[in-house]
Amino acid sequence: MRDFVSERARAIPPSGIRRFFDIAQTMEDVISLGVGEPDFVTPWCVCEASIYSIEQGSTAYTSNKGTPQLRGAISRYLDTRFNTRYDADKEIIVTCGVSEAADIAIRAVVDPGDEVLVAEPCYVSYIPCVSLAGGIPVSVPCRAEDEFRLTADALAERITPRTKVLVANFPNNPTGGVMQEADWRAIADLLVDHDLLLISDEVYADLTYDGGHFSPATIPELFERTITLNGFSKAFAMTGWRIGYLCAPAEIAAAALKIHQYVALCAPVMGQIAAYEALRIGEAEKDAMVREYRLRRNLFVDGLNKLGLSCHVPKGAFYAFPSVESTGMTDTEFAEALLREQHVAVVPGSVLGPSGVGHLRCAYAVSRDDLKEALSRMGTFLESIK
Amino acid sequence: MDEKDRILLHLLEENCRTPVSELAVLAEVSEEDVRDRISRLEAAGAIRRYSVVVDWERAGDGKVTAVIELKVSPERDFGYDRIAERLTRFPQVRSLRLMTGIYDLQLLVAGPSMHEIARFVSEQIAPMDRIRETATHIIMKTYKENGTTFAEREEVERLPYSF
Repeated sequence: MRDFVSERARAIPPSGIRRFFDIAQTMEDVISLGVGEPDFVTPWCVCEASIYSIEQGSTAYTSNKGTPQLRGAISRYLDTRFNTRYDADKEIIVTCGVSEAADIAIRAVVDPGDEVLVAEPCYVSYIPCVSLAGGIPVSVPCRAEDEFRLTADALAERITPRTKVLVANFPNNPTGGVMQEADWRAIADLLVDHDLLLISDEVYADLTYDGGHFSPATIPELFERTITLNGFSKAFAMTGWRIGYLCAPAEIAAAALKIHQYVALCAPVMGQIAAYEALRIGEAEKDAMVREYRLRRNLFVDGLNKLGLSCHVPKGAFYAFPSVESTGMTDTEFAEALLREQHVAVVPGSVLGPSGVGHLRCAYAVSRDDLKEALSRMGTFLESIK
Repeated sequence: MDEKDRILLHLLEENCRTPVSELAVLAEVSEEDVRDRISRLEAAGAIRRYSVVVDWERAGDGKVTAVIELKVSPERDFGYDRIAERLTRFPQVRSLRLMTGIYDLQLLVAGPSMHEIARFVSEQIAPMDRIRETATHIIMKTYKENGTTFAEREEVERLPYSF
């Protein structure tokens, strides 16, 4: 029998943390700072509305691009919250999480041979999605000394005549870095001068702690060349519902919709109903979660720095990204030994891009008691390797 | 009261034994500032007292608690305040509130037995001037108290790693 696996699928590298996963599975008392999801359960008002809709028999397909109610609510929400204006009918597609949105966005605009700049360290899916679309991923480093912002200099160095797209995610997973208006304006000129498109994943937009979120599509010259991605997973603690959305100028949205309708048909209806409720009545509970994340960040980052694991204060998302340089260990060695010896799970930064080398991604989306326990175990571990 | 005071109050309400050093880190202010603010909030009466939420049943001391509704004739010039003031003096009365709706005052009364509560209501409360009607409801089970859920839910298992 011949080997049926495609070359494209074969070319995708295996997950960098598979081994860690297997080790963690053998332990009972792991404190996991390795998850990219809130520890909160979805606000009850949101769950309740979705349960009721199932009881009422809402179990069918929806329009490919999502229910008009949800698209309308998303459009109003983006306008009031971030000042970005997208037409509910022509410029918004509801997707199966932001993961799908990123995939169809990339496939809608990338041709074989196109170079796609990816600001890293970053979420693990962008680069494989670019490769699967036949594009050539090109990493653009965001460095600790810049508080993990994307700088025009780093970007300019990597632009070639074949560059077509920039993928960026701020507030950032894994660094917690954010981009303010001035940071984006510096980038905007380059994007316009080189006629590039921006795919901006803003799934952590609601999770900012020191000043609000700036959405690059609000810069008029960027709107026509920006695809904005967002979703409900992080801000509303709805990871398992799989509801994200893609916003883009009508022509690009129409192209993405063609792909979406064949790969997903539509996002799950119960998730769409839940997401609508989240926007309608979930604001207060979301705000309460954001306040709690900020407290956790303060506690955890203070603790890391006291342990000598130097860590900038992340202004968004729910990740701390400390450096392990002072220990003399690599991030992978440190993460593996910490898991084996103290049962604390963190993600080695090198898995998330070359600029993540020497860092750990620690999600502080766990209770403050667990964070204290994790810090205490990390302290014990650091003592043991002195 | 500002945002920092609000954060401190929420933290203390959640756990009044949180050390000052931790409060300072969480609220992004100095320890000295935390102490000043708490003193001010105490002086202003915003912090009434430091307390714990007890699950008496779990503690092995099954007290009986009842909600008692009172219909009261208000007094000229004083309304409900004077009668309420008299009621607050009973140690058995754990909470007392003036309500909208078909009755006026709502009491939360705790006692060692149903019999004791019945006697307290019939002998102490009902005969008081201006109390027209009482209705006693015994609490059968507490599911949630002051924001704390008593029943334990099974933890949902999460993946140790995800992106």
